[in-house]
Amino acid sequence: MTTSQLTPGIAPGRLSPEQYCENFADVAPPLGAHEARVAADRCYFCHDAPCVTACPTSIDIPLFIRQIATGTPDAAAKTILSQNILGGMCARVCPTENLCEGSCVRETAEGKPVEIGLLQRFATDTLMEKGAHPFARAAETGKRVAVVGAGPAGLSAAHRLAMKGHSVTLYDARAKQGGLNEYGIASYKAPGRFAQAEVEWLMQIGGISVVQNWALGRAGDGALEDLLAEYDAVFLGMGLAGVNALRLPGEELATPATEFIAELRQSTDLATLPIGRKVVVIGGGMTAVDAAVQSKLLGAETSTIVYRRSQAEMPASAHEQEHAATSGVRIMTYAAPVAIHKVADGLEVEFARTEMTGAGLRKLDDTFRLKADQVFTAIGQALGPLPEGVTTAGGKIAVDGAGRTSVAKVWAGGDCAVGGDDLTVTAVAEGRDAAEDIHQYLMGA
Amino acid sequence: MADLRSEFIGIKSPNPFWLASAPPTDKEYNVRRAFEAGWGGVVWKTLGSEGPPVVNVSGPRYGVIHGADRRVLGINNIELITDRPLEVNLQEIKSVKRDYKDRALIVSLMVPCDEESWKAILKRVEETEADGVELNFGCPHGMAERGMGSAVGQVPEYIEMVTRWVKQYSRMPCIVKLTPNITDIRKPAAAAKRGGADAVSLINTINSITSVNLDEFCPEPMIDGKGTHGGYCGPAVKPIALNMVAEIARSAETAGIPISGIGGVTTWRDAAEFMALGAGNVQVCTAAMTYGFKVVQEMISGLSDYMDQKGFASTAEIVGRAVPKVTDWQYLNLNYVTKAEINQDDCIKCGRCYAACEDTSHQAIAVDEERVYSVKDEECVACNLCVDVCPVDCITMRKLPLGEVDPRTGREVAPYANWTTHPNNPSAQAAE
Repeated sequence: MTTSQLTPGIAPGRLSPEQYCENFADVAPPLGAHEARVAADRCYFCHDAPCVTACPTSIDIPLFIRQIATGTPDAAAKTILSQNILGGMCARVCPTENLCEGSCVRETAEGKPVEIGLLQRFATDTLMEKGAHPFARAAETGKRVAVVGAGPAGLSAAHRLAMKGHSVTLYDARAKQGGLNEYGIASYKAPGRFAQAEVEWLMQIGGISVVQNWALGRAGDGALEDLLAEYDAVFLGMGLAGVNALRLPGEELATPATEFIAELRQSTDLATLPIGRKVVVIGGGMTAVDAAVQSKLLGAETSTIVYRRSQAEMPASAHEQEHAATSGVRIMTYAAPVAIHKVADGLEVEFARTEMTGAGLRKLDDTFRLKADQVFTAIGQALGPLPEGVTTAGGKIAVDGAGRTSVAKVWAGGDCAVGGDDLTVTAVAEGRDAAEDIHQYLMGA
Repeated sequence: MADLRSEFIGIKSPNPFWLASAPPTDKEYNVRRAFEAGWGGVVWKTLGSEGPPVVNVSGPRYGVIHGADRRVLGINNIELITDRPLEVNLQEIKSVKRDYKDRALIVSLMVPCDEESWKAILKRVEETEADGVELNFGCPHGMAERGMGSAVGQVPEYIEMVTRWVKQYSRMPCIVKLTPNITDIRKPAAAAKRGGADAVSLINTINSITSVNLDEFCPEPMIDGKGTHGGYCGPAVKPIALNMVAEIARSAETAGIPISGIGGVTTWRDAAEFMALGAGNVQVCTAAMTYGFKVVQEMISGLSDYMDQKGFASTAEIVGRAVPKVTDWQYLNLNYVTKAEINQDDCIKCGRCYAACEDTSHQAIAVDEERVYSVKDEECVACNLCVDVCPVDCITMRKLPLGEVDPRTGREVAPYANWTTHPNNPSAQAAE
């Protein structure tokens, strides 16, 4: 008997090879040259354009779209990448409906914004497919900077610092660079090993050496003081290594959604990845949506997101929620987990219904159980262990506007630092801006 | 449905939309399809003299100017007159006219500038029972190098001479097609009138190079590495054509001569505009070449709706209606004051009005932190640029009533007065 979507328990190979291919294809296929031209023609070239204001990396969007419209996509790519070196990935993963496209005046005029994300992808893909790197490194300054974490913030900082002529050593706890781009983003958003291709393209700037499988503070690796002794400056961009615990009876029966997603991203054969027939995801953010949708795409019969507040309060964008719904994911709201039980034929997650009161969210006595073969938790990530002396605020590294931490010569940015919305694009902006500040510091000193 | 029937220099057609002499009217197959689609008339593509026909290039014959989304705004061409034998064309004309007696069928002609050539061709055309002839004194490319087309149209004496021959050797109504590649369009029109032309048609195409191939460093359309100037037409030339039509309609020397309006007519509205400025009918080419013959259906329904709304019983009621409103700059009311007004409900906050005004005009638009754009009346000279660049048409010009103070000048709006009496005009006549 072959495995199917109805096979009980947790099993691999629920779908045909064709179905895996179809399910994990590009969720938003790229624009062709003609489509890009048509889409670009819709831009009004606004004065002090609201899309630029809405972009955390302040890409000059009207300019790059005009460059596409006039047949110079490489120039458009340079406009994008000079502000956001990971413009290719951001074009794929940015919640544009909340950022540039959400503020587009054509959204106001017609409810149909200019397709900025797809146009950005058209430009960056055009350039990157040629393997061309449009930036050149300045003369060596002789200064050395350690960048901890090769995610969006670290890569952005490393590139900018290298471009300014500094020597960068990029440390990362994993084998591959890219951080969440490589291990955290749903695979249908960046198929075809785009994250690695982007890293390789970025490294063409030169002046960046990589140290793999190295975690700050881990025995045998190194401590912050070691880095400070060796380098002129340190940038911390190691993201959120820990996951929040459910703190419930039976929590060991659940798997962090981030682990599931990372495993999926690294899989070379999706048919070997086991998935439950019934999947329950606890949480309401992008990670919850990514885990629930990908469970469904792997062949789960049912995939249910359970969130304790209202749908409107879900941190996942309306676009993401819609994507979940159209993928066949059920979204339940106003239900908080109280326990996970092992039963004869799998698991049951017990939820208490909730209500919003003047004093906040309150659990009611009314409970119910959802059957599950696999339970994923996506209730947020947390900072891993920090070096002594680094001050935190609200569970993140405290920084000033330029990314300076409480420790001299140490900067931080991305998800591990205060500020931003835990988006790829904000991490890129913070890495870039910290690099500029480090550069000022190194050259002014 | 309004009555669109049109009579132009005695030639009747069910509507005032004719296809201009051009590639769409080069042969029977096309012309029959055009009539089936609803065109009121056709000016058959220009015939030349008996003998071996002209030869066209077999490389590209058209260049183009695109707007957004590759919308065709203008086309230029280097095609010559018909390259099919005269006899074949004449037979086809006769055949079509026999089957479409209610439609106008005009034959465009271009033969060498001698009396015998014209005498010979006219006789042949008369035998087809076509409704009239149009003298092609307009094409600026190719044939002009051989002393025909615009080479004739640029010399008023030649126009008058040839027109006189045509009226002498034929009873057919005669339309003289004018080239715009000239300084003052009234001169050739007056020459045609003196020669006895029944009407003028304008404009023919404008001398042009549409683009340059930046790899080959050669004008487009490129024929084996070389290019030449061609005749430009389509929506882009409409403003030039409208002005020339109006100049002829309001000039004392040419007033009253029937005009067939040509130049970028793409919609019913364009047609109505030409007619309002004095054209008795219109001729169309680029719109048909871009969209096919079916476009005439929109022109028919649009003009009909417009006439019904206005209560016009015939197209003649539109013809020339705007001519009295065309005047010289010196007679414009210098005391007329308007101010731009932005409708905040419709504004989408793109800021194009601001960029245009701030960078290139009079710094008369303010913007606040909420991206609310507003007009500074004390700076606004009413240039209209903000209205022109607004993508959603949410800016209008408000007329200041008599007596209201213009915040820009501090003066009250006064009654009509123009430059001829203005104190700054050295030649002003003192008001009595």
